[in-house]
Amino acid sequence: MTDAAIALNRFGLGYRRGSPTPDNPRRWLLAQLERYDPVPPELAGRQNGATILTDLYRNIVERRRLMRQGSGKDMAMEGMESAEDMRDDPQLAEVRRNIREGRQVMIADIGRRMRIAVASQAPFAERLVHFWSNHFAVSAGRVQVASVAGSHEFEAIRPHIGGTFAELLKSAALHPAMLTYLDQAQSFGPSSPLMQRRRNRPNVRQGGLNENLAREILELHTLGVNGGYGQEDVREFAKALTGWTLSARRKGRRAIDISPGVVFFPPLHEPGQPRILGKTYAQEGHRKALAVLDDLSAHPATARYVATKLARHFAGDMPPEPLVDRLAANFLETGGNLPALYRTLVESPEAWAPEPQKFRQPIEWATAALRATVEELPDDRRLAGMLRELGQLPWAPPSPAGYDDIAASWAGPDALVRRVEVAERMARNLPARDVEALAQSMFPGALSPKTGQAIARAESGEQAMALLLVAPEMMRR
Amino acid sequence: MFILDRRMLLRGTAGLGALSLAVPGGLFAQEVGNKRLFVIILRGAADGLSVAAPLGDPAYEAARGPWLETYADARKLDGFFVLHPALEKVGALYAKGEALVAHAVATDYRERSHFDAQNLLETGGTRAYGERDGWLNRLAGMLAPGGSALALAPTVPLILRGDAPVSSYAPSRLPDASELLTERIEDLYADDPQLAALWQQAQATRDMAGDLASANLRNAQQAGTLAASLMEGDSGARILTLDLNGWDSHANQVGQIARRLAQLDVLLGAFHESMGTLWPDTMVAVVTEFGRTVARNGTNGTDHGTGGAAFLLGGSVRGGRVMADWPGLAAAQLYEGRDLRPTMSLEVLLAGALAEHFALDPALAMRTLFPGRTARAGKGFMRT
Repeated sequence: MTDAAIALNRFGLGYRRGSPTPDNPRRWLLAQLERYDPVPPELAGRQNGATILTDLYRNIVERRRLMRQGSGKDMAMEGMESAEDMRDDPQLAEVRRNIREGRQVMIADIGRRMRIAVASQAPFAERLVHFWSNHFAVSAGRVQVASVAGSHEFEAIRPHIGGTFAELLKSAALHPAMLTYLDQAQSFGPSSPLMQRRRNRPNVRQGGLNENLAREILELHTLGVNGGYGQEDVREFAKALTGWTLSARRKGRRAIDISPGVVFFPPLHEPGQPRILGKTYAQEGHRKALAVLDDLSAHPATARYVATKLARHFAGDMPPEPLVDRLAANFLETGGNLPALYRTLVESPEAWAPEPQKFRQPIEWATAALRATVEELPDDRRLAGMLRELGQLPWAPPSPAGYDDIAASWAGPDALVRRVEVAERMARNLPARDVEALAQSMFPGALSPKTGQAIARAESGEQAMALLLVAPEMMRR
Repeated sequence: MFILDRRMLLRGTAGLGALSLAVPGGLFAQEVGNKRLFVIILRGAADGLSVAAPLGDPAYEAARGPWLETYADARKLDGFFVLHPALEKVGALYAKGEALVAHAVATDYRERSHFDAQNLLETGGTRAYGERDGWLNRLAGMLAPGGSALALAPTVPLILRGDAPVSSYAPSRLPDASELLTERIEDLYADDPQLAALWQQAQATRDMAGDLASANLRNAQQAGTLAASLMEGDSGARILTLDLNGWDSHANQVGQIARRLAQLDVLLGAFHESMGTLWPDTMVAVVTEFGRTVARNGTNGTDHGTGGAAFLLGGSVRGGRVMADWPGLAAAQLYEGRDLRPTMSLEVLLAGALAEHFALDPALAMRTLFPGRTARAGKGFMRT
């Protein structure tokens, strides 16, 4: 690959039709960090996650009330994992409607995300948005997350990719979507004032500590699994996090507003001074968890873990050790300054190895194909359907670890066939002129003779286009 | 167009370029005859204490009291355990002596990360990321040349990745690519070993799925039928694997587990029925990465634990029993004061069961599939 082809494909999201070939690839990438728009027009007027969740929970509370009147049953939001089991209960038509509406919001958000990515003139910055969104993954695998999965990326990730890691972490890990996804809204301090009162009322549902968010922050967002923490640290951190919850769940004068959709509710907070990674946290209330997050952000294990993931995303599944070392050192030196980290990456020779280093993930492939070929995207529903069939719906990874970032997870026989099927359908609707010129623009100076020949010998413009979209050059970056 | 022999391809003996590096099992190749293996991974850590509930342990009621209603009319597995009522078809197989439940089992993993635990469960190593390929791939290597292996998924999961040629398949709702394009692509990938191999494998497996190529994997009935159809006949897969997600029940576990188990049950029922005369030669192993805490957490769920349960099913499995050296659930008996203490190694169990099923040398099976351990493969899993 030439430097221009690397800048377009490995760092960016693929050639955008009508754009010039970058003449100074490194400068072209770095300039995008200035040009990047955290709130593009595509997001204007979108309802925020806080409002969506408030409406949703108001609905649930009302439904519970109706159900108590009716059958005496209680039906929690978290129980509505599968709509089909509830077919027979008339009260549950409402639950199904909530699920359906949640999916509709998500599909519209997938449309927004794809339109932003396809039209972007700052594709390197948009790739970083996708990278961080996957690092701090929430998943519609839990149905109650579907309606706010897009909010998480738009509100918690986009505005912070150009700041410090600490800001990004606090914003992403404490966004209402994450608090919902990782059960934080239901974590109660075992000795909190509220729990103490409940103990005297055995008929009221008891609550307790939930370790999920604390564990995943340590394991997946900051230190990494071998980052030197233990079960006791998880538990103590979970205690520090108690009280952080959704404004949709806790209202009233005792709830302290933190950010849209998020409150700190002192009656849920575990009193005491937790000891985490050898340090005691004596801060009051919500400041306790924030102080822990700040310390985690500055930890050498976090620097190493983030550096490894970033290097893996750009420089190969087994990232070169010197690159990881350099990124980690830069992270520690600058206090997790993200633009400095990106600059270090772009200026590192290891990231410019001429051989393709990554097998494109389905979303990357679809984005590159669309950027190269279309002005107008298909409607949201078809777009989401296409990504699902390709095997990667945004914001729906199987676990909080996000989607894998190695070829072995994506380079499957069946996955390849699906790309071919989609490419053929896509090509059918495209003007099939000048496919050879398009190929040169997409892979400047880097088109293989084999692909060039296949395109030249195709029996129709449509077939040439389909072949270009599934050529080896399109599968890797 | 080069006519592909799907049987040859599934066995990985066609020219598959880089992926067809020597089949590692060549030296100890075994005649596998008609034996089939279907491995189902329950991802997210299924709660073994709900799947097979130890009602005979007094501490169980203390820990799980509010959830016991579920088991009011549940099938008794023996005088101690009852089966979750959603597992109707599994229960019927158990009654016929064709389902075995192993309890208080765990892999060698003793921490509580899903991702590391799944890595260990799939690689068969003694520590996460210690092995680079999956034990099911190594098993396929041991069974060569008759051991074609397939993942019912769009891509190959870690458990099946490695040197032995394997494939993956998942039904698609997209219309098939036209024949004309298909031919051209073969040429387009001719110089690219990785893509050429993937493309040829995909073509071969699609042919096998036939009418079920549009089945919906989220429909448990269809998934079970499709799984069986991919294992049918002489050219069918000898090894198949499938993931079921959604077992991480941190909140409101009762409903979640019941729904997931019902899906698993329908899938296994459809699979059993469709396997027909092959059932006596078939083994199904249902495994998960670890168990869950004994105590309920604050959100009517359970958190990541250690010991759990596993199933073996099959027409020749010596079932109708629960294998467990029960450690007890009283506070002092728990692992780290919170989890079911594992008393049986999942690796020992799997190595033993697979050695018996495929007539492999147990010591060789243990050291190939689950290297770096001193324990011997278990025995007594199959009727003789």
